[in-house]
Amino acid sequence: MNVVYFAWVRERIGLPQETVETGAATVKDLIAELSAREERYAAAFADISALRVALDQELSDFDAPLDGVREVAFFPPMTGG
Amino acid sequence: MTVRVQAEPFDAGAELNAFAQGRTDIGAVVSFTGVVRDTQGDLQEMLIEHYPGMTTRAIATIADEAVARWALADVLVIHRYGPLKPGEPIMMVATASAHRAAAFEAADFLMDYLKSRAPFWKKEVTAQGASWVDAKDADEDALRRW
Repeated sequence: MNVVYFAWVRERIGLPQETVETGAATVKDLIAELSAREERYAAAFADISALRVALDQELSDFDAPLDGVREVAFFPPMTGG
Repeated sequence: MTVRVQAEPFDAGAELNAFAQGRTDIGAVVSFTGVVRDTQGDLQEMLIEHYPGMTTRAIATIADEAVARWALADVLVIHRYGPLKPGEPIMMVATASAHRAAAFEAADFLMDYLKSRAPFWKKEVTAQGASWVDAKDADEDALRRW
């Protein structure tokens, strides 16, 4: 699946997007898998209360299943307007 | 309904003049323009990042809700991204309805939701460096009004 990052999440991980091969069942499982990879992921995902997630470009939550999802986006709370 | 997400500047006055023009069934037009504010006197640039695939659709969903809830005759949302200088317009909202209460309320609702539910992130660049603007608890609380 395609995983995309914005704002400081992108900066901390050092990539705007990547393709991830995963069997993670939920967003939380995917976060655990990425965090175990490298310190920069663990640092970005250290406090998920400071993060938001979108699945296929719709806001979602960390317990949501990833079945059939093509794009997961992680970012801080939005500051539009 | 018009939703535009663009890097280019826009002319808020011209947009407002063109908005809902020729409609004889409306009695009220309300608009809001958001401007890059230099709070500490040292802002060089405001960088606005967005989520291209999601932004227009997320704004349209919010605008659809406003149209349905306040029976708006028309709604306009323009939001910029990219590097902006202090004093430049960032975004504007305009609402048109039969009576003013609906137009005012809907514009207020749109602003509250655009602030916290449209995928934009602001970064302030000063001589000291660059930092991301944190979302405020008050912005999230504002959504509960609706």
